[in-house]
Amino acid sequence: MDPTTPLLYVLSDDLALRGPKFGCGLGQCGCCTVIVKGAPVRSCVTPVQTMNGAEITTLEGLGTLDKPHPIQKAFIDEQAMQCGFCLSGVMLTAKVALDRNPKATDAQLRQALSTVLCRCGAHTRMMKAIKRYQREGVRA
Amino acid sequence: MNRRDFLKTSGFLVVSFSMRDVALAQAPQPGRFDGPGTPQLDSWLAIDSDGNVTAYTGKVELGHGLYTSQTQLVAEELSVPLARVKLIMGDTGVTPDQGTTSGSQSHPVNFNQGALAQACATAREALLQMAAQRMGVPAAILKVDDGVVNGGGRASLTYGELVGGKKFNLTINPQAKRKPASEWKILGQPVHRLDIPALATGQFEFVHNVRVPGMLHGRVVRPPEVGATLVRVDEGSVSAMPGFVKVVVKKNFVGVVAEKPWQAMQIAAALKAEWTKGSGLPPQSTFYGYLRADKQSRDVMTVNSKDVDEKISKSAKLIKATYQHPYQMHGSVGTSCAVADVANGKATIWSATQSPYPTRNTAAMLLGMKAEDVHVVFKMGAGCYGLNGADTVSYDAALMSQAVGRPVRVQLSRKDEMAWENYGTSYVIDQRVAVEGNGADAKIVAWDYEAWTPGLGGRPGYNNPGNVVSGFLAGAEPAPFAARPAADPNNYANNLNIAPSYVSGTVNGRKGGTGNVASERVLTHNLRSHFWTGPLRSPERLQNTFAHESILDEVASAVGADPVAFRLKHLSDPRLINVVKKAAEAAKWDARPSPKKGAAKSGVVGGRGFSCVLYEGNNGYCALVADVEVNQDTGVVLVKRFVAAQDCGPISNPDGLRNQVEGGILQGMSRALNEEVTWDGTKITSIDWRTYRPLYVGVELPAIDAVLVDTTDAKADGAGETAITLVAGAIGNAIFDATGARMREAPFTAARVRAAIAARA
Repeated sequence: MDPTTPLLYVLSDDLALRGPKFGCGLGQCGCCTVIVKGAPVRSCVTPVQTMNGAEITTLEGLGTLDKPHPIQKAFIDEQAMQCGFCLSGVMLTAKVALDRNPKATDAQLRQALSTVLCRCGAHTRMMKAIKRYQREGVRA
Repeated sequence: MNRRDFLKTSGFLVVSFSMRDVALAQAPQPGRFDGPGTPQLDSWLAIDSDGNVTAYTGKVELGHGLYTSQTQLVAEELSVPLARVKLIMGDTGVTPDQGTTSGSQSHPVNFNQGALAQACATAREALLQMAAQRMGVPAAILKVDDGVVNGGGRASLTYGELVGGKKFNLTINPQAKRKPASEWKILGQPVHRLDIPALATGQFEFVHNVRVPGMLHGRVVRPPEVGATLVRVDEGSVSAMPGFVKVVVKKNFVGVVAEKPWQAMQIAAALKAEWTKGSGLPPQSTFYGYLRADKQSRDVMTVNSKDVDEKISKSAKLIKATYQHPYQMHGSVGTSCAVADVANGKATIWSATQSPYPTRNTAAMLLGMKAEDVHVVFKMGAGCYGLNGADTVSYDAALMSQAVGRPVRVQLSRKDEMAWENYGTSYVIDQRVAVEGNGADAKIVAWDYEAWTPGLGGRPGYNNPGNVVSGFLAGAEPAPFAARPAADPNNYANNLNIAPSYVSGTVNGRKGGTGNVASERVLTHNLRSHFWTGPLRSPERLQNTFAHESILDEVASAVGADPVAFRLKHLSDPRLINVVKKAAEAAKWDARPSPKKGAAKSGVVGGRGFSCVLYEGNNGYCALVADVEVNQDTGVVLVKRFVAAQDCGPISNPDGLRNQVEGGILQGMSRALNEEVTWDGTKITSIDWRTYRPLYVGVELPAIDAVLVDTTDAKADGAGETAITLVAGAIGNAIFDATGARMREAPFTAARVRAAIAARA
């Protein structure tokens, strides 16, 4: 494999994972987000060679249909999406922000999500779901 | 061979544009049933021996919840639990042809007395008849519960026992009785969306996730400038690159195919292709004046009482203003994607198209195949909000797959999506409103509207693959444009909300509008666009409503009237009046003229604005209040709260409706404050999320309250495009209320707000 291949294509094509998605290929929207070493990583602009030996968590790596992760459950409970294409960016970015600081203020959460895009306008419900996860789901 | 077969089997090049051909193109197509879909009940429903229901629909899920609400509809009408219903959407192999999922038509078409709803009602009555016969009791005494027909006592039969695995062999009965809303247990409930658990856990199969054995990856290479044509391609420039399979050229269509996606991207970037210079573009800074000066126009008169000039010349007061709206884009968060497998005379296309059958027919034209040899399978894409790149990328994948004889997946680059999609179009609108009296006594006496708007291409429909960029590049022409003067209207056609809510819409003595202003003239100049255009959520209606609701506000202010009271005075439609009142009441509307008196001339000030519409003139009522804060020093607008009141007839799923209203409002806010397509002398320059900047998830959000009016005795109306139609008007009016500065050009960027503040009286 070409070691400069962005991680996204290895995940979504070679491994056929469905969580991380191509949104822009420029690191501007968040659709391709995965978690590496506790940080959100834009896999569309991250060469796979920099990921040697790394543990990578994608949206489907968080939880399952039967046992969704608490942040996934919060999004289901709040019906916090329309098309759902952007969820890797929204959920994984919010999860990292709250893992790092379970008591993050609204302003801090907004800051974390300031580079994550949703085009359906589900913003209000997403923030409600993130706040619900903060209240009910985060292990402090 | 008759005409229809000729059209069906021949390539796209035969589609010329004489009037006869236009008439032919509009004739029913093979496999297509005009109106709601096929009358054959078995095309809509099948019940297996275990009593499980499979329903087939042509209306597809676009992220707006239609999969779930249609499943609710089937479960409700057949009295079976949701879990027993499997819904198949938009597969030309099995589902009815219901054209395009668009125009807020899915709720009206499939939830009223026709199509899917009526198929279910017909099936239910047929099942009861079968049970009555088998049990030897009158059908009227039978009750159905969870798919079991009970005849009183111990007599009961399941649907599986009655019809399991067999066909109904019936046509849809238009007289079959629907369940009244008062008996609904599943429909009308805030049922959670059935697809959300899979979406939330990354399990959902988008079209982007379709993987076919032997699949290759394609990438398009578009012209560098608008109007450029291909001179030559040097395949040798890339043929030695890793994974290279083929360079595909068809007229001006260029694509590359490779083993892997990253290889395809690198090959596309490295390919040496020579193009002519483009056709050049008018400067954006003077574009609205350019539109106004374009005399090659196809004019449409929506209504003309022929006394407008006279009334205006005699009126005491005339309020005039010009409103300008830019091209905006769908800008789907995921770029468009399709997978095609064209081999051995057959084609399968996995596509997020809103139009499975039309895409089948137009892809067949491009491929030189028969429509029945092409199979389109709908798979959801990222939210499209109208005609995004879903159709064009379906053609891209099909053309490349045909050229290599293997399945090909194509996902557009961000730039290829944004530079070539069919934009929501631009508008320049002159409004002139004559008014008499003052304050509470003021009355509009004449309304004159004149607009200029460019268009090019649009939905391909069943016959025009050249209406989107790939079909055009591959040799098809867009639907023709011919300048002509306006004829007098024969009927009041206000589907595009070209006429304001406040005029009577009287044509040939019949009133079709929602207002009472009888002196009315509404004239549109349709022009040829340099860029592709097509339906973008609330197409034309959003731009027109911005202008209508803004000028209404200007007039109310000029006569010192409260904007809500002034609206009510000029409306005649009771349901529109009702949502206006409901929104004002829920918002605790501060009844007084705008602008707010005594506001500071610098720093942050607050205000409220109103707007309302009957969407498409007959398809969903909505009213909206916006509360804003404007920083008069920076020009930054912060919306604090929206209050909407919405009436779309019987509510099929209140949470789904609420989600649509909220989403429409926020997308509308993004469009009203931020979004504008840009270009230079040769090409589009808004090509990524830095150069076209919508609202990110982290923005400071307004509170959104939605009052849902459930009118169960009315027809089901559209619900997805009403609220977004109102946002620019409500925010613009609120900015005026706060500052006295009038926003007449969208979007209301900080620079434009500062300029309006500097120019205020």
